[in-house]
Amino acid sequence: MKPTVVAEQPVPESSPGSSPETLTEPAPKSTPVKPSWRVRLGALADADGGSLFDPPGPRGRVRIAVATALSLVVLAALIALALRQFAVNGQLDSAKWSLFTQQAVLRYLLTGLWATAQVTLVSAAFALPLGALLALGRLARNPLVRWPAGLYVETMRAVPLLLLIYAFLFGLPSTGIQLSLFWQLVWPIVITNAAVFAEIFRAGVRALPRGQTEASYALGLGYWQSMRLVVLPQAVRQTAPSLVSQLIRLLKDSTLGYVVSFLELLNRAKVLGEYNHTIVQGYLVVALVYVLLNNALALAAGQLERRLGRSPRRPAAGAAA
Amino acid sequence: MGLITSHLGVFGNGLLVSLELSASTFVLAGLLGLALACCRISPVLPLRVFGWAYVAVLRSVPLLVLLTLFVFGLPEIGMVYSLFWTAVTAMSLYWAAFFCEAIRSGVRAVPAGQIEAGRALGLSFGQVLRLIVLPQSFRSMIQPLASLLIAVTLNSSLASAVGVTQELTGQTQLLDQQYAQPLTTFGAAALCYIALTLTIGRLAALLERKLVVLR
Repeated sequence: MKPTVVAEQPVPESSPGSSPETLTEPAPKSTPVKPSWRVRLGALADADGGSLFDPPGPRGRVRIAVATALSLVVLAALIALALRQFAVNGQLDSAKWSLFTQQAVLRYLLTGLWATAQVTLVSAAFALPLGALLALGRLARNPLVRWPAGLYVETMRAVPLLLLIYAFLFGLPSTGIQLSLFWQLVWPIVITNAAVFAEIFRAGVRALPRGQTEASYALGLGYWQSMRLVVLPQAVRQTAPSLVSQLIRLLKDSTLGYVVSFLELLNRAKVLGEYNHTIVQGYLVVALVYVLLNNALALAAGQLERRLGRSPRRPAAGAAA
Repeated sequence: MGLITSHLGVFGNGLLVSLELSASTFVLAGLLGLALACCRISPVLPLRVFGWAYVAVLRSVPLLVLLTLFVFGLPEIGMVYSLFWTAVTAMSLYWAAFFCEAIRSGVRAVPAGQIEAGRALGLSFGQVLRLIVLPQSFRSMIQPLASLLIAVTLNSSLASAVGVTQELTGQTQLLDQQYAQPLTTFGAAALCYIALTLTIGRLAALLERKLVVLR
């Protein structure tokens, strides 16, 4: 974000400086107040717009002003249309929304949120080490290890999670294995996400300069020692951002509890909605919770990336999942 | 095995519906994503903020939440149309955010000198975008777009969770309930999906080789 602010600022400041424009355009009268929030908002909204167009001249500025006004009107109209559609069908009634201020309802949903967190954390706790093992397997020199690991990763990345969940849900009981709803949700998530984590780890290891391993061999370290002391610590650090965005994806996967009727956040919203006829409201509230949660995670990932002192090349490319 | 060969039609139909679902989603999401990416790099502030907010919100909502919201929520506000297209709407809106980001990073991959040269030749913003930036960025976007297409295809199975059971995963589940042979049915469906992803990957590699510009 930092460099964008620097890149954005010259644009409004340089326009009064270029002499032919200031003669015809009394623009600077509004500039002292506006740029502060405008620049900040612009920097927030985009990083690279500055390189695509010149600081606009007088006609360009008029055109941009017209487009701004027009787009504001269109956006407002869209919002108004949506609100009207809600209001006409009685979905804005306060009774339908005040439900979500009741203590019991809130506690019900928060319990769901905790269940979502449990699924996410437990799945991650299994999938991360499994993924690391698979990555080591794919990087191994022995083809008897490399091939099965590769086959597993490639297969599991190409199979939809829902298919796997159905297989667990309907396939396992016929083999006599009984799993609780929680584990029926967690195992498929672990199985698919381990494959993705493996790819992330492998990419991290492959991205490391060869000199690192060669140097550690030259120092007399064995394969496992150099992996443990040299390669993996660096690989984990480099892959931290993509690991976090995969964690966000894993959190999203936990909504499939809806399918196995495990009572996590989404499924609780469904139950609540069917009970109180607040389907739209319930799902909207849940969507908002996910947005806040995932964006907080993404923000934390950005902080982590900065803390780890990386990203000289790519500043905060994958900020959110 | 006999179960698979005698129900090839069911699998074929499921595969076809899955393909229709993914293809319509991919096209619609692509168009919407392109519009969003244009919003995000345009000089018009409200459009930029809108594009940014859209991506930030839609990317962090789980797809299943969006699907349930649209499939069960839209009728509540008086908008009823076919289940298939409702699912496509939800999925297109979701994937458009990812398309927007893929296109934007593709645009970022175009060297700034190209854009400056275009401007120096007197091209307008729209012309620079249409004649210089987008054609070049498309080349570097093939790989990300291919992985997006794979993700769209795999996640199209989620539609069966909200009632579009005609697609592959839904059909497989129905077959399994009828004949109780989970290993064969789910195995066959998995093979279908693997074949699909492999094909997409191969096609993308081919396209990339075709479009590469040797400098």
